[in-house]
Amino acid sequence: MKRFLYELTESWKIAAAQMRANKTRSMLTALGVIIGIVAVTLMGTAIGGIQTGFDKSMAVFGDDVLYVEQWPWRQVDDWWNYRDRKKIKTDYAEPINRMIAATPNTNLVVAVPSSAFFRSVKYADNEVSNILVRGTVADYIITSTFDFKEGRFFNEAESRDGASVCVVGYDVADALFASQSPLDKSVLINGHSFKVIGVMSRQGTFLGLFSLDAIVVMPLPAFQKYFSAKSDSDILVKVKDKTKLAEATDELTGLMRRVRALPPEKKDDFSINEQQALKSTLDPIKNSIAIAGLFITGLSLFVGAIGIMNITFVSVKERTKEIGTRKALGARRRTILLQFLIESTALCLLGGVIGLSFAYVMCFGIGAAFPSFPIKFSIGLVLVSMLVSVLTGLVSGFAPAWSASRLDPVTALRYE
Amino acid sequence: MTQSDLRPPGPIVIDIDNITKNYVMGEETVHALRGVSLQIRRNEYLAIMGPSGSGKSTLMNMLGCLDTPSSGHYEFNGKNVAEMNDDELAAIRNREIGFVFQTFNLLPRSDSLRNVELPLIYAGIDPATRTKQAAQALTDVGLGDRIHHKPNELSGGQRQRVAIARALVNNPSIILADEPTGNLDSKTGEEIMALFESLYQQGHTIILVTHEKDIAEHARRTVKLRDGLIESDQVGVGSEARTMALS
Repeated sequence: MKRFLYELTESWKIAAAQMRANKTRSMLTALGVIIGIVAVTLMGTAIGGIQTGFDKSMAVFGDDVLYVEQWPWRQVDDWWNYRDRKKIKTDYAEPINRMIAATPNTNLVVAVPSSAFFRSVKYADNEVSNILVRGTVADYIITSTFDFKEGRFFNEAESRDGASVCVVGYDVADALFASQSPLDKSVLINGHSFKVIGVMSRQGTFLGLFSLDAIVVMPLPAFQKYFSAKSDSDILVKVKDKTKLAEATDELTGLMRRVRALPPEKKDDFSINEQQALKSTLDPIKNSIAIAGLFITGLSLFVGAIGIMNITFVSVKERTKEIGTRKALGARRRTILLQFLIESTALCLLGGVIGLSFAYVMCFGIGAAFPSFPIKFSIGLVLVSMLVSVLTGLVSGFAPAWSASRLDPVTALRYE
Repeated sequence: MTQSDLRPPGPIVIDIDNITKNYVMGEETVHALRGVSLQIRRNEYLAIMGPSGSGKSTLMNMLGCLDTPSSGHYEFNGKNVAEMNDDELAAIRNREIGFVFQTFNLLPRSDSLRNVELPLIYAGIDPATRTKQAAQALTDVGLGDRIHHKPNELSGGQRQRVAIARALVNNPSIILADEPTGNLDSKTGEEIMALFESLYQQGHTIILVTHEKDIAEHARRTVKLRDGLIESDQVGVGSEARTMALS
């Protein structure tokens, strides 16, 4: 054991001396690993970034809100079973809230009805199209995560009376009002005028796909009064304790079955959706990105490993006589094997450290250039890179080290 | 030098009985050793001579446990070497044999001390003892003031002294020197031979492999090889040599 330790120390010293003696060669060889590690690290960072971005997008939905809807948030193969389901009505909110109030130890807080469709919004000569217009009640604010840039949300009275007021998203305000404040000004939707009482602060995009700021929210009665019923409705239900999401879902399912008066033998004719379920539907996509990315970057690392293997073979060849001498002095096969394995590992570690520093600088640069892109450079990534470097060194160094350890001392000593 | 310099030999270190070594070279089999028997005792000073192709190098490789015979018996300090595997042979080489090569075979980028330490590392000696022993061995060969010089900062004679220190450092049973003066001028060669003489006087067992008569004459016993067989085995220094029975 002690001898192994001494041999190990000796091997590291030899490896260091060897790299110092062949600086150019070592750097060129390590370059392959550097590129590989940069690729792997950036890929890992990008995947981490996607994850973070995804989580951020998801957070907008609130992880403690259940959505009662006609369709589930996942791919369904038997779409015909869902198509003919009864539409979700905003009226369901009232009986649900009544039942929540009547249930002791309920897991639910409040049910909020919501109806929405896409419309153009005008102010003076400016017009923005494809804006999500949502009608809901004052309690909507409980289920949402947005903040106000200025103004406020509509209150209970405005909500009940269907006042012609609205809260606009950041993008809407920006497009229609430019530098002036939208507060107390009136926007036109389908020819009806609504007074702006609040402006939301920026929420960003959902997975970079669509803006969460292209939205107008108004009291539900106003929405129903002015716009045709051809809108999709759903019920948002806030949960008390998000760790008890499953119990809450069960409870809500029971309530919905009572609202719909479903006999026990009938299946649910509605879906209760939550953010976590959506997350799991997106997992396969994320995973395939990760697999494809890691395959490509793995390939570059593989090329780097071949470079290391090649140079270790050269090193063994060059130092055949030295190997012979060491064997004559009592080096065993294992000693020689260890020596060259450590040499290749040291090269890979050097490449790994340099590659990691490059990747770090690049991440920093990308983060500075595109602040919206969520970049994540973690300690875990550093450890994984180091581990990958060491493994690369061991794998690529094995064949040459093995051949060195098997050299016949007589032949090796005679080698010039 | 006179017969009185001959020190009394000790117990048998090397006992070779009728060993052969064959190499297959393409279609042909080369019989490098055809049946060699040899006994070497502790505290002998022996020269192995012979022209190239005589089997001299092959015999040296056998004696040095770098190679195993094709047939025959080889005991080193009572241990059967002929059937040892690579790692067991390495252990014997490490503890029992000190090699001195014609081309010195020092590690070019390591200083004298690190070069001499090498066999101790493979023996598993701790760093402090290692440094002490290596420095002592270098002092013993007269290089106490050169322990941090690298081989390219030393003369040929000094390099060979480092190599001899490296051979001595593990206190081996035999020192096996292969043409130790072959790469040195004759004056330096004589200095190296004087060093071997003093090592012999201190009680070391030395085996010289050489084709030079002048060098072989320093030894107390000369074994001459020809065509893979022992041609003669004489005890005595230089002209005073007398033939010994081959049994």
